[in-house]
Amino acid sequence: MKDSVWLYPKLLWTFARNSLIRDMTFRSNFLIEAFSSLVWMVMNLGFYLLVFLKIEESQAAGATADIAGWEKPEFLVFIATTMIVNSVMQAFFMPNAQELSELVRTGGLDFALLKPIDTQFLVSLRKSSWSSLSNFFVALLLIAYAVPHLPAPPSLASWLLYPLYLLCGVLIMYSIMISLAATSIWLGRNQTLYDFWFYITNFSRYPMEIYQGNVLGDGLRLGFTYVLPILVVINVPARVLAKPFTPEYAGLAIFALVATALALVGSRWVFQKALASYRSASS
Amino acid sequence: MSSTTTNPTGFSSAWIIFRTCVEERLVYRGDFALGTLMRFLPIITQIFLWTAVYTAAGGSINGYTRNDVIAYYLLTMLGRAFSSMPGLASGIAGQIRSGEIKKFLIQPIDLLHYLLLARVAHKLVYYAVAAGPFALVFWLCGDYFPPWPDGPTWVAFLLSLLMGFVLGFFLEATLGMIGFWFLEVSSLLFFYMLANFFFSGHMFPLEFLTNSVPPWFASLLWFQPLQFLAYFPSAVYLGKITGPELWQGLALQAAWVVFFYTTARVAMHRGYNRYSGFGG
Repeated sequence: MKDSVWLYPKLLWTFARNSLIRDMTFRSNFLIEAFSSLVWMVMNLGFYLLVFLKIEESQAAGATADIAGWEKPEFLVFIATTMIVNSVMQAFFMPNAQELSELVRTGGLDFALLKPIDTQFLVSLRKSSWSSLSNFFVALLLIAYAVPHLPAPPSLASWLLYPLYLLCGVLIMYSIMISLAATSIWLGRNQTLYDFWFYITNFSRYPMEIYQGNVLGDGLRLGFTYVLPILVVINVPARVLAKPFTPEYAGLAIFALVATALALVGSRWVFQKALASYRSASS
Repeated sequence: MSSTTTNPTGFSSAWIIFRTCVEERLVYRGDFALGTLMRFLPIITQIFLWTAVYTAAGGSINGYTRNDVIAYYLLTMLGRAFSSMPGLASGIAGQIRSGEIKKFLIQPIDLLHYLLLARVAHKLVYYAVAAGPFALVFWLCGDYFPPWPDGPTWVAFLLSLLMGFVLGFFLEATLGMIGFWFLEVSSLLFFYMLANFFFSGHMFPLEFLTNSVPPWFASLLWFQPLQFLAYFPSAVYLGKITGPELWQGLALQAAWVVFFYTTARVAMHRGYNRYSGFGG
């Protein structure tokens, strides 16, 4: 087929458009949702600002406050990066992953299997929740505020690598999410696994330097970097933008690319294995 | 059903409701224990985060050492095990919307009475299942806790936990009753959840705010009811609230319990009067 190259981008466009139309049908609901995720983010930001204020209060005047080596502007970039990755996950993948377990339980997955396109593509991207992107824009504002205050201004290379590593982070998160969602095909239903996703990704939302000082800390840092690479998701892009490049982190940055590729291949494998053992619940 | 022929006494109907709810709750016990244990995972990050914060800040922040803060987070989880009422407000609003509420209008069972019994049953089962995970985590984190508090502190702590349960119940029930006036309350409940997270002290000990906010906001913090759902019992256990402040705090908590008990009752009766059910 000649137009097959454009088939998936076109489908993606259609999915996104339909979701946006649906969101715009319930406009006040859309606004409330966007506003409430904003409030949530502001609360989180306020928490860290308070923590920095407390550190500054306890220090001698003139000293710079930092958490595990991250000064305030650097930490703000870190938080903004978290917001970007999370908002993209919530806007594009979360609604679908939640739906997948419901599709399995009700047998609705039959219809997805019958469609002449890739099933993983269809079940991963069909719905989007555009209101979740409000945090994305707040994050951009936060970056615009924080970057001029950074101790070392980012180079051109940093600006180019930042979007690339954001994408890597999103893809790693997606791989973990779709793998967990796929297990609902085996288990029938997996509410606990979504909690599991939430609690595991919770570890990714902090600078990896905080996980140190004892066996548990080192174990968590190494495990969540090299086995289940969730610490790479936020830490690598945030560091690329907020901190000057060092050889040590060049290694981590290269590893992040490898981890992304492995995560995508691995999740694809898990999804197809799970799909092979799908027993329709409908008829 | 035998209860249709012989009119049940108040106690026996209460017992039946209670027993049924216990049985209902025990259906998902495995999922439940695992879920409870996982809920402690964020504590690990909190330990590392606050260790990093205190490395920078030194000894103590507003009277809390690093160990105090970690013990505080663990205790707020215990406080919320008493005061959080998952699904209560949304359940009431849902019943109003779907018309299920009608059964409480025609049966000789009081809605609030029924829900309270069901909640007590659910909570007791929850404690039976969650006691293991809680004990394990508190034992593992034992070094973060100060020495055992004295007798009166224990009494005050337990009292505020129990009142926290009753307060949480009637507060959420009141919110659910708003469903009589506005059919869709989910966004309202979301904002309540956010406010609760902040004002109950679940995010950080409320003392952290005292010098950093305007005085009117600080006084609001010490009078608002949500503090009793997590902050107050935890601070009492850690010995941060003592002497007259302790008894004033407990009295204020009791006053809020009475307030929300009354509000929930009044809202229910007002709601019944304006409710119109359609269909069968």
